[in-house]
Amino acid sequence: MTLELESLRIEFPTRRGTLVAVDGVSLSIAPGEVLGVVGESGAGKSITGMAVIGLLEPPGRIAAGRVLLEGERIDNLPHERMRRIRGRRIGAIFQDPLTSLNPLFTVGDQLVETILTHLELTPAEARTRALALLKEVGIPAPESRIDHYPHQFSGGMRQRVVIALALAAEPRLVIADEPTTALDVSIQAQIIALLKRLAREHGTAVMLITHDMGVIAETADRVAVMYAGRIAEIGPVREVLRAPRHPYTVGLMGSIPKVGAGAGKRHARLAQIEGAMPRLTAIPPGCAFNPRCPKRFERCLAERPELVRSGANEVACWLYERDAAQPR
Amino acid sequence: MSAWLRRAWDSDLAHSFRRSPVTVAAALLTLLCVGSAVLAPVLAPQNPFDSATLNLSDGFTPPAWTGNGKAAYFLGTDDQGRDVLSTIMYGSRISLGVGLASVALAATLGVSLGLVAGYAGGRLDAFIMRVADIQLSFPAILIALLIDGVARVAMPTELHDRIAIPVLILAIGFAGWVQYARTVRGSTLVERGKEYVQAARVIGRHPLAIMLRHVLPNVMGPVLVIATIHVATAIITEATLSFLGVGVPPTQPSLGTLIRVGNDFLNSGEWWITVFPGAALIVLVLSVNLLGDWLRDALNPKLR
Amino acid sequence: MNATLLSLDNVGRDFDVSRPWLNRVLEGAPRQLLRAVDGVSFEVRRGETLALVGESGCGKSTVARLIVGLYAPSRGRVEFDGVDTASPEAARLRGRMQMIFQDPYASLNPRWRVRDIVAEPIRVLGLLNRKDEIDRRVAELLRQVGLTAEDGEKYPHEFSGGQRQRISIARALSGNPEFLVCDEPTSALDVSVQAQILNLMTDLQERLGLTYLFISHNLAVVSHIADRVGVMYLGRLVELARAEAIFARPLHPYTRMLLDAIPDLEMSGKPRTPVAGEVPNPLDPPSGCAFHPRCPHANDRCRTERPKPIRRAQSVVECHAVEEQRI
Repeated sequence: MTLELESLRIEFPTRRGTLVAVDGVSLSIAPGEVLGVVGESGAGKSITGMAVIGLLEPPGRIAAGRVLLEGERIDNLPHERMRRIRGRRIGAIFQDPLTSLNPLFTVGDQLVETILTHLELTPAEARTRALALLKEVGIPAPESRIDHYPHQFSGGMRQRVVIALALAAEPRLVIADEPTTALDVSIQAQIIALLKRLAREHGTAVMLITHDMGVIAETADRVAVMYAGRIAEIGPVREVLRAPRHPYTVGLMGSIPKVGAGAGKRHARLAQIEGAMPRLTAIPPGCAFNPRCPKRFERCLAERPELVRSGANEVACWLYERDAAQPR
Repeated sequence: MSAWLRRAWDSDLAHSFRRSPVTVAAALLTLLCVGSAVLAPVLAPQNPFDSATLNLSDGFTPPAWTGNGKAAYFLGTDDQGRDVLSTIMYGSRISLGVGLASVALAATLGVSLGLVAGYAGGRLDAFIMRVADIQLSFPAILIALLIDGVARVAMPTELHDRIAIPVLILAIGFAGWVQYARTVRGSTLVERGKEYVQAARVIGRHPLAIMLRHVLPNVMGPVLVIATIHVATAIITEATLSFLGVGVPPTQPSLGTLIRVGNDFLNSGEWWITVFPGAALIVLVLSVNLLGDWLRDALNPKLR
Repeated sequence: MNATLLSLDNVGRDFDVSRPWLNRVLEGAPRQLLRAVDGVSFEVRRGETLALVGESGCGKSTVARLIVGLYAPSRGRVEFDGVDTASPEAARLRGRMQMIFQDPYASLNPRWRVRDIVAEPIRVLGLLNRKDEIDRRVAELLRQVGLTAEDGEKYPHEFSGGQRQRISIARALSGNPEFLVCDEPTSALDVSVQAQILNLMTDLQERLGLTYLFISHNLAVVSHIADRVGVMYLGRLVELARAEAIFARPLHPYTRMLLDAIPDLEMSGKPRTPVAGEVPNPLDPPSGCAFHPRCPHANDRCRTERPKPIRRAQSVVECHAVEEQRI
């Protein structure tokens, strides 16, 4: 496994008490695999990603659990060692490509610098490698574009440069946090395809964090659905999207408008989940989803469900406890 | 009301205030200065401007703890037998009054011009901001001196003492509007692009109503910070002008006037006449400045 | 009563994006105009939902702001119920036309209580005058959008994004409008909340007989809510048709491309043609048909001659290839 999270718990101490942003999250990503982490705002998906790359905003901290990169524990490393792992073994792609690039340097300078920092190459070799990378991420005429500044690129091209930068040192793991959200739909598809192809070819594990089920459907091999800092359901993407088990995933899938399904038919209603995700200050006891769940029963109010197997998926829901207990 | 108080006590601002001992000390000192200035007629041992209570033979009495001091004059007296402590209390009344009034004038002027410039845009904006740029290329004290000088020439001599304080307020106020205008214009540009302003425009609200009811409350945060720090600067400016002799007349001395008058006796050994007003000025300006610094940090979400 | 509530006739809007005057003089730079909207004509019928879709910079939000009067058109006419919105009589139209905005965090004044936000149009338009009447109306509006009357006492920051959007809708409804211009009303919201807001908008339309102009970049949302769909590209309306027609038989190559870019949630594995290229710089739009650099069907005529709208019974499309029956 390239990445393993074991019962990760992330807390934000505030003067009004400790907020638990991520609570007991366990997952793993194999080489070449794209794991989608999907959830609504405040579900804890971005914070999980930041914890993996060691960039949690203070006062946030990992309160329990472990982060393993290729079997080696990285959540307790000193800053200096973590800094060397970032970029070398873990690459990061963020939502806004403009803030990920330094406006004062050409994209070539930034690529070469990253390559030289992490790989034992001569500057000339690094430049050759930078050119190859730009070509690989689909930038036309890389020989002339390499000396351009970030602002001379369009949004989609900029995100390609960011991907090239993230892959510059052949990292084993890439954390991509909403990499397509700031882009137009027609560009999104291009970037998604690129990300997926590069992960396959380089055997890179990708943690793809997004709120967009469409992006997950197009890119991910497996998907973890997060709710209120916990994993509600995790499994192969086809299985989770087409046969969701957790009532939250069912509701989420139902609330996504589908193209053509009711086009032009007046007043077709979408399935909707009542209410909103609880704030971190007010996570209900038992199952965090229970106040909004149409299928809740007494146990949901009192006891927190752990992930149990149901078919190909794992679900944190008391409805599936019997499935798990039955011999398979 | 008590619920409101509890909310205020629990707010992030109050919390950050309580957590900073320097700020609490500065607030207490400011309160002390303001309190003793406001209550000077009640608290001061003597009314230094009532010549009936003055005793010339008590002139040049050193502070009470030195050998020749008198208990009645804790910080000593000046050449005319005025109690230094009392003159400081009365003097800070004038210093604070001039400071606050000129800041109010500068803020009103600057906020209005900044709002109009930012909201109207175009040529009006360009004109107001160019005037601001030009004024900014001169030191504020020079502008104040200029206004003060013009007013003195324009007014008959016998009026000078009576109008000295209003002229001073006008001079310091006009010299300080630019930074308010610049800040408010910037925030106004941001706010006017926001959708709540557009929503008000869709229902046809008058631009003036939008500026006053919608934009103004949302741009006042930075103004508060600038104004607090500006109070300190304005007090210094007033002191400087008075020290140079173009400020308030010696008959109604401010802290600056006291320092200037006392300065004459520094070389002859009567140091207390100028040192204590100077110390009072430093304490007042420093505490107000510290409060302003804290307010700036506390209201800045990036530093929280 | 006229069946057409709103009509745009050859509407255009330019923005002056030149450098400041002094820079222009010193650097000899010319004036620069951005044609945000160019030659757009369409009608909205009473009671329908017309959606405008397109990528960022296509001019759809500018069209929304032209209609509600936040911008004045540089060319052409916007008529609401037969009245030119640029004429002095247009003041009478205020309140009949309202707008819902995209960003629920910027569309409510953070210093105002919710009840004052919702009551503002009532007060400004002089619909009600007595305080108790206004209070009762505000409470009714808040309940109508799924909030409680007590929520009126709170400030916007105490609400989630979805609840803020409900407040925005309540404010828009308080002027008793017939027509709502909705500029990406759900694109800042999470999907489960988006479903709540879309359902609310559908219910309100039915109950109050509202007409919607719905601006969105999300074709799935549009297919769910719209009766007719207009597709914009670089300031031009390239196709307008009934929703079922657009999604079943798109004509314009750009519409086809947009439909192809929608992720397949069913994971049916249907083949997709990859989309090429990006939206060109609107300051320097391509000659002829603005889409020709990205169009697989472009020929010499497309590169030089701007296509004219081809009007059919239910649709309009601007494309040489469609006209020549090449596609």
